[in-house]
Amino acid sequence: MPVFQRQAAALSAALMIFAATSTAAFAQKKYDPGATDTEIKIGNIMPYSGPASAYGVIGKTEAAYFKMINDKGGINGRKINFISYDDAYSPPKTVEQARKLVESDEVLLIFNSLGTPPNSAIHKYMNSKKVPQLFVATGATKWNDPKDFPWTMGWQPNYQSETQIYAKYILKHMPKAKIAVLYQNDDYGKDYLKGLLDGLGAKAKSMIVVQESYETSEPTIDNHIVKLKASGADVFVNITTPKFAAQAIKKIAEIGWKPTHFLNNVSASVGSVIKPAGYENSQDIISAAYLKDASDPQWNKDPGMEAFYAFMKKDFPDGNVLDGGTVVGYGVAQTLVEVLRKCGDNLTRANVMKQAASLKDFRTGVLLPGIQINTSATDFAPLSQLQLMKFKGQKWELFGDVISADTNG
Amino acid sequence: MSTIQETVAKTDAAAVDAPPKKSMALGRTTSLVMLVALLIVPLFVKNFVIFQLTMLLIYGIAVLALNILTGGSGQFSLGQSAFYAIGAYAAAILIEIGNVNYVLTLPIAGIICFAVGFLFGFPALRLSGVYLALATFALAVAMPQLLKLGVFEPWTGGVQGLVVTKPDAPFGLPISQDMWLYYFTLVVALVIYIASVNLLRSRSGRAMMAIRDNEIAASAMGVDISMYKTLAFGVSAGITGVAGALGAIAVQFVAPDSYTFQLAIALFLGMVVGGVGWLPGSLAGAAFIVFVPNIAEGISKGLSGAFFGVLLFLVIYLVPHGARQGAIYAETLLHKLRRS
Repeated sequence: MPVFQRQAAALSAALMIFAATSTAAFAQKKYDPGATDTEIKIGNIMPYSGPASAYGVIGKTEAAYFKMINDKGGINGRKINFISYDDAYSPPKTVEQARKLVESDEVLLIFNSLGTPPNSAIHKYMNSKKVPQLFVATGATKWNDPKDFPWTMGWQPNYQSETQIYAKYILKHMPKAKIAVLYQNDDYGKDYLKGLLDGLGAKAKSMIVVQESYETSEPTIDNHIVKLKASGADVFVNITTPKFAAQAIKKIAEIGWKPTHFLNNVSASVGSVIKPAGYENSQDIISAAYLKDASDPQWNKDPGMEAFYAFMKKDFPDGNVLDGGTVVGYGVAQTLVEVLRKCGDNLTRANVMKQAASLKDFRTGVLLPGIQINTSATDFAPLSQLQLMKFKGQKWELFGDVISADTNG
Repeated sequence: MSTIQETVAKTDAAAVDAPPKKSMALGRTTSLVMLVALLIVPLFVKNFVIFQLTMLLIYGIAVLALNILTGGSGQFSLGQSAFYAIGAYAAAILIEIGNVNYVLTLPIAGIICFAVGFLFGFPALRLSGVYLALATFALAVAMPQLLKLGVFEPWTGGVQGLVVTKPDAPFGLPISQDMWLYYFTLVVALVIYIASVNLLRSRSGRAMMAIRDNEIAASAMGVDISMYKTLAFGVSAGITGVAGALGAIAVQFVAPDSYTFQLAIALFLGMVVGGVGWLPGSLAGAAFIVFVPNIAEGISKGLSGAFFGVLLFLVIYLVPHGARQGAIYAETLLHKLRRS
């Protein structure tokens, strides 16, 4: 059948030419679902209702930030379409919303979904669908696992790295310390505790004289504090959420215990912890930070924070500058914009992950001086540096160098 | 609370008046139309919608279980989320740690929950009405924390929960995992629905309803009250457990935060909206708890809770007997149309 053969040859030649020209013509522009010449669809899941609704402000800040970016012309000429759904912090609802975003709204990626249980619920799904689950809003250490979960990436320094830094400090400056630990009995508390134990290494057994855990349902933790004091410890590692942290600081002063007090970053807010606990009770407490504190006047003339204040005033007037969630939302949204900008016209899901995994010394305006975002194909933990700080007078004073922790999920 | 009790009282009266079969199930034509719709719809929608429909069926089963308890035997429960959680965890642990086939986990979850529910039914015997509701509520509040206990952590995964592998369609059927799971759930739901209708029409069902309508009269007639009350609790818990197991397989994840008392309230709400004591209403009630929060969120993100409240209020105010009232209204309308 020579005729057929000739036709087939001609057809395949034509196809090849077409393929060649089309790759040449569209070489710079590649899209996955959710991206077009004019728009990038970003999905997000937040607990706007339910027990963790206080965090909803992060989603609102991000929406306001993307709106500002759109008003300024968008990213490489594309507007961000930010679709944010409520999951009420309930994992089954998170699965439903994630599937809606991926399969019905067809977003390019899901960004900054909040909470460890909700993100755990969609972890496997997102990776089997090969849709980026980018910059999740939780400090659990497991998000840094590029080998098994190449489509998931965290953002904030993980809990373990923070207590590792405290452990380093204790080993260096107080090698004979007797440590008392109080932690919340859940994933957050246990993650922190593990970091401390790992950081102390072989000496953990001899140095930690007492470990106490409490439940969030307990009305007060006073009895735990009394018990910790009785152990004769001279270092107190305080792994508690704001309400309990304030109680602990107060009680310690009341019963006249004077340990070196390490307070986890979760509760380092001056407004919601230190002030209610009393400034005089909080002197010399040590903590660690990676973001600038919006209530701290030393940043008033800082260009990064000035931009943040201007944004809050103009684009998000409903938001509270002193609410830590607005600073976090602003910083993480800035990071996403940087990633999308670097993607250029190649807006595929694979390229988004590739660009997110190749951030070099990137800084957002709200990070402390010296702290940088670095990622690589084997390091999916964007932020892993913290700086120690000591409470003096009515504010935190940073001291020492920026310390990097080396934890791998 | 008083509104709900009133609703129950009113529907009770209707249930006594109407012939039992009609009050319990839909007419044959309506049933067939519903069944065909449930069979065909998944063929034309996206996988995501199929997943939502699967969740609809699963919550439908759970609401049906509560309906047997409250509509059938007249006992309240705000603790169904606890049984749902036990079923879900039983399935998840069996599949992930025990390597048991997912189909087998359903009866096992059902039996475990039946046992737990039956045992819980004994102390519950001494309580009635609001007090029973509160006692079961305690169970719902306690369950998430029990699941977090360190003692069980090797099995439950603690707060981190357990990831469940989604089953593929068997025999190499060329359909997606979601669609297979939908039809699988549909078959389970149909079996449970038919069994439940038959149960309530049987001797035991009549005994339960007699207790609901008048406990003293029932015992005078020789009905073993404690036996049937605990039995109702056991059956209801067992069915809820099967729903929980299906839920775990469909969502592919179990964690304590999935089964808070809000789930119990949602199931209770589904029962009231669907019509207390009217089994087909369970599906309508489930539709309410699956879809209405999404509608409310679509109206306003910040006020989704408030809009949900408004919609709920409208339903209670306009159709206090739930979907059953709507169905009766639609049926009479059809009859009128046929005659004219």
